[in-house]
Amino acid sequence: MTAVDAHKSLIDSPDAAADSAPPPRPERRPLAPYLLSLPALALFAVLLLVPLVMTGLLSLNSFGFYTGIQDVWQLGNYIDIVTDDYFHEIFLRTFRIAVVVTLLCAVLGAPEAYILRRMRSPWRGLCLLIVLGPLLISVVSRTLGWALLFGSTGIINTALMAVGLIATPIEFMYTETGVIIALTHVLVPFMVLSVWASLQRLDPQVENAALSLGAKPFTVLRRVVLPQVVPGILSGSIIVFALAASAFATPAIIGGRRLKVAATLAYDEFLNTLNWPLGAAIAILLLLANIVIIVGCNRLVERRYKQVFE
Amino acid sequence: MNRNGPVALVFHTLFLAFLLAPILVVCVVAFTSQGYLSLPTEGLSLRWFKAIGDNPEFARAFRDSLLLGAVSSTIAVAFSVPAALAIARHQFRGREAITALFLSPLMVPHIVLGIAFLRFFTQIGLGGTFAGLVLSHVVIILPFALRLILAASTGMDRSIENAAASLGATSWTTFRRVTLPLILPGVASGWVLAFINSFDEVTMTVFIASPETTTLPVRLFLYIQDNIDPLVAAVSASLIFMTVAAMLVLDRLYGLERLLVGRGQE
Repeated sequence: MTAVDAHKSLIDSPDAAADSAPPPRPERRPLAPYLLSLPALALFAVLLLVPLVMTGLLSLNSFGFYTGIQDVWQLGNYIDIVTDDYFHEIFLRTFRIAVVVTLLCAVLGAPEAYILRRMRSPWRGLCLLIVLGPLLISVVSRTLGWALLFGSTGIINTALMAVGLIATPIEFMYTETGVIIALTHVLVPFMVLSVWASLQRLDPQVENAALSLGAKPFTVLRRVVLPQVVPGILSGSIIVFALAASAFATPAIIGGRRLKVAATLAYDEFLNTLNWPLGAAIAILLLLANIVIIVGCNRLVERRYKQVFE
Repeated sequence: MNRNGPVALVFHTLFLAFLLAPILVVCVVAFTSQGYLSLPTEGLSLRWFKAIGDNPEFARAFRDSLLLGAVSSTIAVAFSVPAALAIARHQFRGREAITALFLSPLMVPHIVLGIAFLRFFTQIGLGGTFAGLVLSHVVIILPFALRLILAASTGMDRSIENAAASLGATSWTTFRRVTLPLILPGVASGWVLAFINSFDEVTMTVFIASPETTTLPVRLFLYIQDNIDPLVAAVSASLIFMTVAAMLVLDRLYGLERLLVGRGQE
């Protein structure tokens, strides 16, 4: 899922590329830009806005097992989700997984980006390829690898038991631990990318200046490097959190039916229970939560670190 | 430049091991000679790669994935080029809003898009068709194409176009002979990034694919949900080998970091 690495530049600044351009000259043909963007606008109006609005309307319909989808308008599905403990548990679990995955990605990805930057030329390119490469490999293949490692007769358990560290296999499949490990693996490249981008703006001479003024290496890291990369960590965290909260393939394979998260719940309502209105309501809630978190955190980060983003 | 200390190098090694472990395991298990999931301790075998040939649905899904990726990225690029030129070179009312709209599929979870497209296509009679897959993929990959083309058109020197125009070229000729060649690297890399995203997409596609028209990742996903055997490892390994080959070519031609970080020409 290279899918949302572009979130990043979206979050850094909405159109960084366009901002650095020389100011466009006065228009000779004021209609030209509208005509040029008209095809894509029409496409998006029909294929993005209409389906989303239809999903919103669908979420207001009701559903009966014998009657199917009823064309009535009511908030029953939302009330069900808000009042039912079953849904609370799933949404809470989704949130918990996303938070832990985000923290793990920050703790692992940020130091790795810093280490990568300090590597020498041929190694740096090679390691960067290894770190970013998985983004291009299908998420299904990557998760399959974890399923192979995790099983009760999987490689991790076999190895741990052979060494004698554990007597009985650890349960990774169908557990939150398993989902968290696999999701961290899938999403950590986004964090490295984001921190890497913010490190590019850091002048290595500043670190050398601090060292030459007698600062200890750890002090340099804490007082000079960290403040500069915090915006990168924060925007990386927004991406990772949003992707982890709406992740589907990895929780579906590792968590299975037994450990549902919001996305797999919506999938089951749609394709197994066939309660489309309820599935649509879950999707709409997921979409709203996503937008609130991305836009909200983004505003916060940009206001707090205005000087870094310039 | 400062060197990394021993602690940093140990961390780095463990990190790379963590990233590579699941990918390597898939590739190694695919070569097992046994009939069940196991490490190939008793010699390597290609039997599971041969077995892919006995399951034509994987080959068909692969072909459909390639076709879907190629068609939808071409359409996405065709829509992106004029839009990118408009955004990069004109100051107009609603420019920010239009840019945000074009990039918005990045903010919408794919599970939501899958549900929205399933509803929409069922209503208009495109459910389960290849055309439906193409249209939905165009929407989700357009932002990737747009961003790289936007970066290329912003950095372009416009005086060359003015020169062409002053020498009497029509605007279409100027576009075809001057503008397009200049932004071609951005267009090509935008196409490639769009293709990769279309090829890897599973969450949205699983909703709108039908048993007859499906993509390789979706076929693989549905198969894994039922059972995990060396056959899926072999299919996954083949996918991984192809991706690595494509990645090395891309890195040579364009630079993987530039493609993924998307910073345009620097």
